[in-house]
Amino acid sequence: MNSVSLSRSLIALSIGLAAAPLLQAEGWKENSALPNLKNFGLTGSIPENLTGKVVLVDFWATWCTPCKASFPVMDELQKQYGTNGLVIVAVSVDEKKSEMEKYLKKNPVSFVTLHDSSQKLVAAADVATMPTSFLIDRTGKIRFVHTGFEGAKTKADYAKQIESLLK
Amino acid sequence: MKTKRLLLAAGLAAITLGGSGCANVKPWQRGAMADYVMRSDRDPMAEGLNEHLWFSREAASGGRGVGGGGCGCN
Repeated sequence: MNSVSLSRSLIALSIGLAAAPLLQAEGWKENSALPNLKNFGLTGSIPENLTGKVVLVDFWATWCTPCKASFPVMDELQKQYGTNGLVIVAVSVDEKKSEMEKYLKKNPVSFVTLHDSSQKLVAAADVATMPTSFLIDRTGKIRFVHTGFEGAKTKADYAKQIESLLK
Repeated sequence: MKTKRLLLAAGLAAITLGGSGCANVKPWQRGAMADYVMRSDRDPMAEGLNEHLWFSREAASGGRGVGGGGCGCN
């Protein structure tokens, strides 16, 4: 290999490596469709028919304090709007399932909890922070994205948006 | 000229390789960083000694702690 082709190869390699992060999954955005949760190897009982329901998919972990702080709020929302068609699905990204189970045993909740054992779903969603939740309308389209949990403010936002989607 | 171009390309490749060698920890992979063993104040005796050194040297104490366990949540 002569020096010109070696230079070209090195430059091509540099460009390739620099561009690699740009080629990663884009993640879930508002107005995109929620993928089928059954395709990600989740552990737990995935609700059979989510079509026609308003769904809140929440990514959480036992090591994430704000995630846990959001649980009483989500529990209240599930109890309040569940009969109207709200389904809350909390997806744990804990590396060990036992940690999730231990926490849920101590803090039982009324909504669905799943474990993303291979972290495939959260990688597809490409969340920017923990917790992140996605509010999906009755047609299966992501309508609102919540990043972080800010107590009463987030609760009020959830209630307002859920009510607008349940109409 | 050829040598200069080759050196430039090699330098560029070295910088890119070095840069791409940095680990990118995703938000959902931060469990290890939030672990108790990652806390600087996990050992009360070491914390006391450090505080004593800090106070003796700087005539000040405290103010070194931050909230959260390192998970970078919220």
